[in-house]
Amino acid sequence: MGEIGEAAATALRLLRSADPELFAIVALSLEVSLTATGLAAAIGLPLGALLAVARFPGRGALVLLVDAGLGLPPVVVGLLVYLLLSRAGPLGELGLLFTPTAMVIAQTILVTPIVAALARRAVADLLEDYHEHLTSLGLRPLAAVPVLLFDARYRLATACLAGFGRAAAEVGAILIVGGNIRDHTRTMTTAIALETSKGALEQALALGFVLILVVLAVNLAAAGLSTMARRIEG
Amino acid sequence: MIGRLTAARAEPGPLLPLEVEGLVVEAGGRRLLDGLSFTLRPQRCTVILGPNGAGKSLLLRVLHGLVPPDRGVLRWAEPDPDRRRLGQAFVFQKPVLLRRSVCGDLAVALAARDVPRRERRARIAEAVALAGLEGFERRAARSLSGGEQQRLALARAWALRPQLLFLDEPTASLDPAATRMVEAIVRDLAARGVTIVMSTHDLGQARRLAEEVLFLYGGRLVEAGDAGTFFAHPASVAARAFLEGELLA
Repeated sequence: MGEIGEAAATALRLLRSADPELFAIVALSLEVSLTATGLAAAIGLPLGALLAVARFPGRGALVLLVDAGLGLPPVVVGLLVYLLLSRAGPLGELGLLFTPTAMVIAQTILVTPIVAALARRAVADLLEDYHEHLTSLGLRPLAAVPVLLFDARYRLATACLAGFGRAAAEVGAILIVGGNIRDHTRTMTTAIALETSKGALEQALALGFVLILVVLAVNLAAAGLSTMARRIEG
Repeated sequence: MIGRLTAARAEPGPLLPLEVEGLVVEAGGRRLLDGLSFTLRPQRCTVILGPNGAGKSLLLRVLHGLVPPDRGVLRWAEPDPDRRRLGQAFVFQKPVLLRRSVCGDLAVALAARDVPRRERRARIAEAVALAGLEGFERRAARSLSGGEQQRLALARAWALRPQLLFLDEPTASLDPAATRMVEAIVRDLAARGVTIVMSTHDLGQARRLAEEVLFLYGGRLVEAGDAGTFFAHPASVAARAFLEGELLA
């Protein structure tokens, strides 16, 4: 217990002293996860809306696929992206393996199904509520997508936050495709894994504190959005 | 613009009269509307009267094109279905309001019907005034009281300048004061030349507003005709019982 207490005290000192390496790791983690969430939102929000409003052959299978994607094992995603980007792989020439871009790709694949599945649910619920009114106005579901996306804005923002939470806490995929290279692809989660295995608990705990703060902030933001939505939407 | 009613931006011709013949809607082996035949005439307030479950709301939805009939003919004066839609509006029993401000909600409806941008501001102001919601323009539409929400839904329907307005039990969940305000708007719209077709199970409301009555019972049109005659001399046993306040099953 004494050892853990000591490690915690050192961790706090590291944070207070604004340790440059520590902050570089935090910055890279946020950059990778935010970029991946942004890309996942750009793909997942329209995809979710389309799955909610459009009827086309294969829609059911696509919905099933997206929903199944919620449980994608990160290490498997990491492995697949590794195979794609490795020198012998189809995208090997791009030289992206062990770069932050590879990490963004892996996280985007993990987060897109989360955003798409939650967006589909949100838009479908709204469409159920609005359907007769929109039909009465002569607005068919596809043309109503912008209206539905805007009106589902709080739930969609929450979907993006859930995606960001998953990305920020994820370790398996980015460890495989990023390689946890110091000053290059080391993020909070991969550094925690490494430092813990080395027995360097101070650094691991300091990063752990930051990670918990990030996750708490995400949850607070989601709760805030939900309260705001209840107030505004009645 | 995908999917909008772009086929017929021109003003619709007169929608009415509408001749309905042998209208049938079935579900689960039951006839919910059973061989209805009647004529809707322009610039009248027609009240579809009857107990709960008679098929009033369903009939309104069929007339507005929200539910397809299983059998029967609807012969409109305007043959083009898209143009017909442009000449109609519908107010639901539980108003469907968007998750945005009063003005935002009205703006979506006007944009959906391709009302030119330069006209929208004036129409919104007029609708807000008609609903008596001045000062509430930026308020979230769904945070308004039940009566205010229904007035907004009515005003939104008016903003679309319909020839024919369907109202599905618009005051079913409102108190007398809110009901009075909604009825005042309905009268106002009727005075502006809008043909009103509304459903209600409220006898008092039917007496106050109806010029024509369609009395439905068990999915059948039991009586149809002039409201004065219907209330003074109901011809059927069911209508007499309903008018005498008996609880019809």
